[in-house]
Amino acid sequence: MTDLKHRILLTVQKPARYTGGEWGEIKKDLKDVRVRVAFCFPDTYEIGMSNLGMRILYGVMNEMDGVWCERVFAPWGDMEEAMRSHGLPLWALESQDNVRDFDMIAFTIGYEMAYSNILNMLNLSGVPLRSRDRRGLKNMVFAGGVCAFNPEPLAEFVDFFSLGEGEEITVEILSLYDRAKGEGWSKDAFLHEVAKIPGVYVPGFYRHEYNADGTLAAIIPTEGAPEVVRKRIVEDLDQAYFPVKMIVPSTEIVHDRANLEVFRGCIRGCRFCQAGFSCRPVRKKSPEVLYRQAVQLLEDSGNNEITVSSLSTSDYRGLKELTDQLIPYCREHRVNLSVPSLRADNFSRELMEKLQTVRKSGLTFAPEAGTQRLRDVINKNLTEEEILNTCARAFSGGWSNVKLYFMLGLPTETDEDVLGIADLVYKVIKTWSACGTNKKRGLRVHVATAYFVPKPHTPFQWEKQITPQEYLRRCKLLKSHFYSKSIEYDYHSPDLSRLEAVFARGDRRLGAVLETAVKNGARLDGWDEYFNYAKWYDAFRQCGIDENFYTVRGFGEEELLPWDMIDVGVTKEFLLRERHRAYQETVTPDCRSGCAGCGANRLLKEVACDA
Amino acid sequence: MPRALFAKKGSAIYISHLDLMRLFQRAFQRAGLKLTHSQGFNPRPLVSIALPLSLGVESGCELLDFQLEGEQIPNETLLSRLNAALPVGVEVLAVYNHGRKLKELALLESILTLEYDRDIPQDTPENIRKLFAQKTVLVEKKGKNGTVVQDLIPMIKQLAVRQISSRELELRVLGCCQNPTLNPLQLCAAIRVYLPELAPDFTRCRRVEIYDQNKTIFR
Repeated sequence: MTDLKHRILLTVQKPARYTGGEWGEIKKDLKDVRVRVAFCFPDTYEIGMSNLGMRILYGVMNEMDGVWCERVFAPWGDMEEAMRSHGLPLWALESQDNVRDFDMIAFTIGYEMAYSNILNMLNLSGVPLRSRDRRGLKNMVFAGGVCAFNPEPLAEFVDFFSLGEGEEITVEILSLYDRAKGEGWSKDAFLHEVAKIPGVYVPGFYRHEYNADGTLAAIIPTEGAPEVVRKRIVEDLDQAYFPVKMIVPSTEIVHDRANLEVFRGCIRGCRFCQAGFSCRPVRKKSPEVLYRQAVQLLEDSGNNEITVSSLSTSDYRGLKELTDQLIPYCREHRVNLSVPSLRADNFSRELMEKLQTVRKSGLTFAPEAGTQRLRDVINKNLTEEEILNTCARAFSGGWSNVKLYFMLGLPTETDEDVLGIADLVYKVIKTWSACGTNKKRGLRVHVATAYFVPKPHTPFQWEKQITPQEYLRRCKLLKSHFYSKSIEYDYHSPDLSRLEAVFARGDRRLGAVLETAVKNGARLDGWDEYFNYAKWYDAFRQCGIDENFYTVRGFGEEELLPWDMIDVGVTKEFLLRERHRAYQETVTPDCRSGCAGCGANRLLKEVACDA
Repeated sequence: MPRALFAKKGSAIYISHLDLMRLFQRAFQRAGLKLTHSQGFNPRPLVSIALPLSLGVESGCELLDFQLEGEQIPNETLLSRLNAALPVGVEVLAVYNHGRKLKELALLESILTLEYDRDIPQDTPENIRKLFAQKTVLVEKKGKNGTVVQDLIPMIKQLAVRQISSRELELRVLGCCQNPTLNPLQLCAAIRVYLPELAPDFTRCRRVEIYDQNKTIFR
């Protein structure tokens, strides 16, 4: 007879997401396993399987003797409904065993809109949400990923956070757990020991006090926990673990290709960008190692596409050497090589032309702001001239698709800056009229504006977010200045970005909101099909919390910030200095033109910053 | 063009037809076998699977046609290299040349296992036999262009019904395939319509064998 799970599988969309059994999944014999880790990605399979961080850590954990790490993803709504109505708890893919039977439950969190999924997945697993309600060593919940750089909204739910790059720290954490389980430690004893691992933050060991106006008064470490927790990094990426054997999904995922990360960190310093600051210092991989790993990846996975990834690939010094080797290999093996995140410089233009021998995809620019003044404020050193020159060259080469991405609500933005976007778009259209060779096909300019979300550990971490009404006014103003039929304009609805802003800079009082919203049915907030601000609105009201406190209020420079106990390398003094330079409309040249003294090099002991 | 006979079972039954094509393309690549690509703007590897299999259906008789570049590789080598590169649940059973023309493929034998959560009434097999002994059995079929009504009887060449346990019934059906094709699960749909009290709680379906018009095994 067919069991309940398999009967349900045929009633839901894309059941292959829930079965495991893909090429490259790791199975172990339970008699050799001492620590079982349910590695949860708080979004669907298609998103999670596209995440390089998860692939790396899956490999790192499974390389360990006695550890078996399995994958868990958030079910889509139809599956969740079926699971709830049949009382079927959430399972891990490899063994198909229930998550609640695992020793450790790990989450990797890349964006705030996944927070509801974390709680929902714990709930679906039948595991208590709050850390204090999980009494034993079993079901220890820990989390990492960029969101761990302000972990406070999750402080009540997650037992401890692992900050920064996980290749080394994860091994230390799991080894400690292995010992704790073997020796029968209490949860409390384990948390005291794990807090001693550099990069581990145990929120339960910190007490928060507030001022009468609701701002944070003090973060008080207790139980001997460190005052500041510094994120971990891997110094030598050539020596670091890299999964050359990847799981190849049997069903289509978002980024269905091999991924080759060429360096970490960023030399650019765009003042709104969290990754640009929190992933510093800059460390590269050598082209020889990358080429070797690329070939292994492609041969073992059978993928016909590989992407070279980083925060700004043109800034990778070995790019020419790497692509000189990779392009012929890919051509011979019919592998599509994609190199996104290129800047509009000459080498990149040549490279793009070399790569585009088969398919002509569109050009994408992210000027982020419409005027040079505002681009100077945000330190986005992409000039109008660069954009138009690249467009001219691309148009004369037969391209006819351009995507332009902007943000609205950036600090100091005026209507003139908003209309500057329209101005830039018209210059792109004029360039097409002058240089376009494929006139019959017509030009498509896709313009998208996002609602600026101030993020922790950036020079804009103190900024106000404009109100949703003001954001919509600016969208409409811009829209009223687009006349050409070639323009397709999309603007994001403000609710999601507003919620993102709340949680990005949130404190632990938001835990109650999160729990209430999930109880109200909030989940899969990153998906239009499910996102419903009303559920969140109700939760804020029920908990007596004002969203505006975290968004339009802005944070004072003297104010204690909820993430001040976390050191990502870049100093607060540097961020403040950058903020002041932004208001003076002064650009800070990239790190390669001269070190700006961000402080991230303090994290390096063996090598120098490779900016 | 060489042909592979393969089976699809276990968790692989949840892989859709399109995903299975991609899975094979990658398996060939992993096995170090270069598929011939289509010509044109967006070259695609040349592989094709004979009768698309519905999601959730197991099979022991799927056919995959493919074409390889370069020197000839012995079929046994192809078989072992492919199997070493396929995920669990997809297994190549044989590789051979000179497969028959697909249009001669005419009959498909399937086994439906009807699962009941309660014990099956005694005369169930008989009642089901009687249902399909009628002159016509009309069932709705949802297609791309809306719902059409289909008569199952002309498409059923042979049917055997037997009880295999107190809660499981087996229907072994030989049906037409290609012009038109009988989806064996339609038999279950008919039971739901005409014998609603015998509607199973779950049905498993498995393709067993394919034949030509004369009931000679098709390869």
